[in-house]
Amino acid sequence: EIQWGEDGRPFHFLFYTGKQSYYSLMHVTFEKLLNVQKYQDQLIAQDLPLQKEKRNLAGSRWLTKIELEEMLLEKLSDDDYSRFIQLLQKLVALPGSDIEEKYIQKFSKEVPVQMQKVVIEPLQHDERGVAFSTGEGRRKTASATAVVYDNGTGKMTVNGIGILHYFPVLQDSREQLLFPFQFLGRVGKHDAVCTVSGGGRSAQAGAIRLACARALRSFVTEKEVEFMRQAGLLTVDPRVKERNKPGQEGPRRKFTWKKR
Amino acid sequence: DDKLLSEPLSHPDFFNVKELFTLKDLFDARVHLGHKKGCRHSFMEPYIFGCRLDQDIIDLDQTMQHLQLALNFTAHIAYRKGIILFVSRKRQFCHLVESTARDCGEYAHTRFWQGGLLTNAHIQFGAGVRLPDLIVFLSSLNNVFQPHVAIRDAAKMNIPTVGVVDTNCNPTLITYPIPGNDDSPSAMELYCKLFRMTIIRAKDKRRHSEAAEELR
Repeated sequence: EIQWGEDGRPFHFLFYTGKQSYYSLMHVTFEKLLNVQKYQDQLIAQDLPLQKEKRNLAGSRWLTKIELEEMLLEKLSDDDYSRFIQLLQKLVALPGSDIEEKYIQKFSKEVPVQMQKVVIEPLQHDERGVAFSTGEGRRKTASATAVVYDNGTGKMTVNGIGILHYFPVLQDSREQLLFPFQFLGRVGKHDAVCTVSGGGRSAQAGAIRLACARALRSFVTEKEVEFMRQAGLLTVDPRVKERNKPGQEGPRRKFTWKKR
Repeated sequence: DDKLLSEPLSHPDFFNVKELFTLKDLFDARVHLGHKKGCRHSFMEPYIFGCRLDQDIIDLDQTMQHLQLALNFTAHIAYRKGIILFVSRKRQFCHLVESTARDCGEYAHTRFWQGGLLTNAHIQFGAGVRLPDLIVFLSSLNNVFQPHVAIRDAAKMNIPTVGVVDTNCNPTLITYPIPGNDDSPSAMELYCKLFRMTIIRAKDKRRHSEAAEELR
């Protein structure tokens, strides 16, 4: 891409530096800094108060080096990039930097707020007018969905089969399933229809428990939701099977140590 | 066209650069103040008027002559549409020098000097690049108080140089040295103003002469 005219004169006045776009950016930013300082001096000369509105730095970040390279269409080194960011920070730190707000916004981006309040879905009503709500849950490769209906008798169905038949042997898993209802005192009041796949017996039980607890949030006040959360009913259990490592029998067990 | 280029060379001061500055202007801008005696470069002794309380004072009469020659030379280069590159490695005046160059329509380099800029230009910039026809140093030292690499490179590439030399600088390789202060803001602003006025004056004169030629 030719950067000089017919007579050989380059178009940009900083052409001979090599990094013309980067250095012209530094030049312009420094000019803005000088403007802000002049404005400050004017305010002081007129005895007006310097406004110190705290800019919200938490919700914004500077452009990354790659984004800046894309903007300038020129390669940058890490030192150059850090110098530019330091200059911008200096500009922002001055009290009178409100006048150059538009210029600074070209180089800052908003960071999406990470802490999002969990939205509790409202109750849905099916054809008969009965209120119901759905929830999903996972535990250790088992995933389950539960639909909890109001005005029920406490019946629970898993994949079309009743819980007594689906979990024949284990008493613990049946207790797990009933725990959310028992905690809220609504044992015989709700019907539940669940589907579950993957995992083993206990894993599926845990998945259904979480799904039911999430579905019950819509039926219950916020205070009770907080109690459920503190009881650990709404927390996803992060424990999964640990991988085996090379040079060992299993994830933790080492080979038999022989003295000689 | 021949007459356009040869006519200015017949006068000793075609662009009348003498009227742009007086000795009093130089004195008020503190151009005569040098560094301390310990910093003195031995080649600068002819340009030093004297030493007071260990601080060197530069001879402003000699400065006047050198400044007049240098400004005349830059005016001729600008008249012949040459590329002028302003170089200064003083961080304080980086912005001032760049603004001066931009206002004149010439070029500036006040940043880190990459080694092969002049000597390796065809590889760094491209095949048909045109090198500067004059390099003006507003401070001939770099950030570690050593002579700027561009002085040596310009001498290698046969590019004439004009430079403000302070009492701790080496004036030998510069074609038109101007002994004077390069540290005070007032002195730097004066130099920038003078260079800007000469270049703009020379370019205007060129445009008027070309217009007069075309009318004929």
